[in-house]
Amino acid sequence: MSGKIGVLALQGDVREHVSVLAELGAHPVEVRCPEDLAGIDGIIVPGGESTTMALLLDSAGIRSPLADLLGSGMPAFGTCAGMILLAAEVLDGRRDQAGFAVIDISVRRNAFGRQVDSFELDLAIAELGHEPIHGVFIRAPIVERAGAGVEILAAVDGRPVACRQGPVLVTSFHPELSGDLRLHDLFLKGVG
Amino acid sequence: MKRGLAEMLRGGVIMDVVTADQAKVAEDAGAVAVMALERVPADIRRDGGVARMSDPALVEAIKAAVTIPVMAKARIGHFAEAQVLEALGVDYIDESEVLTPADEAYHIDKWRFTVPFVCGATNLGEALRRISEGAALIRSKGEAGTGDVKEAVRHLRSIVGDIRRVTQADSAELYGWAKTLQAPVGLVQDLAASRSLPVPLFCAGGIATPADAALVMQLGAEAVFVGSGIFKSADPPRVARAIVEATTHFRDPAIVAKVSRGLGPAMRGEESSSVETRLSERGW
Repeated sequence: MSGKIGVLALQGDVREHVSVLAELGAHPVEVRCPEDLAGIDGIIVPGGESTTMALLLDSAGIRSPLADLLGSGMPAFGTCAGMILLAAEVLDGRRDQAGFAVIDISVRRNAFGRQVDSFELDLAIAELGHEPIHGVFIRAPIVERAGAGVEILAAVDGRPVACRQGPVLVTSFHPELSGDLRLHDLFLKGVG
Repeated sequence: MKRGLAEMLRGGVIMDVVTADQAKVAEDAGAVAVMALERVPADIRRDGGVARMSDPALVEAIKAAVTIPVMAKARIGHFAEAQVLEALGVDYIDESEVLTPADEAYHIDKWRFTVPFVCGATNLGEALRRISEGAALIRSKGEAGTGDVKEAVRHLRSIVGDIRRVTQADSAELYGWAKTLQAPVGLVQDLAASRSLPVPLFCAGGIATPADAALVMQLGAEAVFVGSGIFKSADPPRVARAIVEATTHFRDPAIVAKVSRGLGPAMRGEESSSVETRLSERGW
């Protein structure tokens, strides 16, 4: 795998995604300005504060060129805040918190509660084999609605926490923090 | 997982706020979190007296006003204040030298809490001692409430410089480093192996302008705390926004220049060497 993968680097746990990508043999590129988008084959939207990232997307001039790339089918992987930014609808988000709407889900921010309610849990994802994946949930968002075209890869108490629609993969937890590379690998396979 | 939230705050700005309205201004400007307190450090300095944990009603009002994480300060060693803040559901507790210390010998045993803690440090030894007590995030202290970035630079350089030096040491020398730093040898060995602190390193104390934020980020801070610098400036919403952008684009002077233009007077400030109470000397 030698694809050039952008990691949106406006704020959040960029470094973890970059190091996982490098470990898997991809070429990570930190994206802070429109020029950084040139030639990328896929994009990761990391964990962090979605409100902050949404605002910086505009001030950095990245929103519209990235939306064009995503609109033309570029693969994307969003974790936590990244899931929020890729979702079709953000429930009780801020008015100005428009995202890219490339996966047909409605998410509610911080729905599992505050930091003291954060948790870790092993999740079974059939496509990744028998070994469960360790999910780290930090002030995590909940998927309240998934459209007909959305595959649910994992759920907690009946609520989806990992979803895929075409080239777009999202998780409400942080595989980049657990040391398990399989979800990133799955994403890279989709990049081809 | 306690560390996890700190990873999510990286590259961001955590802003001191004293009212729910200020918290909204901070969130609108792109803060990654707010620190709820009754007086910003500049006012604590001016007013004197004993500075304590904020009124729970204030913390709750600020929590209700924003969707981003809310932090609050407890006095050094005051584990009962920390228990109250945890019960209130704050996302992070800052065991802070800005408040009047409650214990002259011991910091809070932070392993006993579910909520993560951030602690200040002026040097690597202090940082490692706080980590050994369970801190999930370290901020260099600087001199809060002065608007003078010099102490922040001193502390950050001291921590980052000593990390570089420990990384160069051989295995026998690491025992000497543990003695010099007055820190557990296990943490010193881990530091030498991983070449970085086991928790993120943020910067606080005296950051008043976008260029200050760009400076400390280039010196190795992973995010910044801004206290008095925003709401003591002439135009808080714009200054807040400018510091957020400068923190993200800290390596791009053209952007720092653009966001710095026409911000109006920054907080007046006070040269750190002229202040009577050196807050950064609190902590052991």
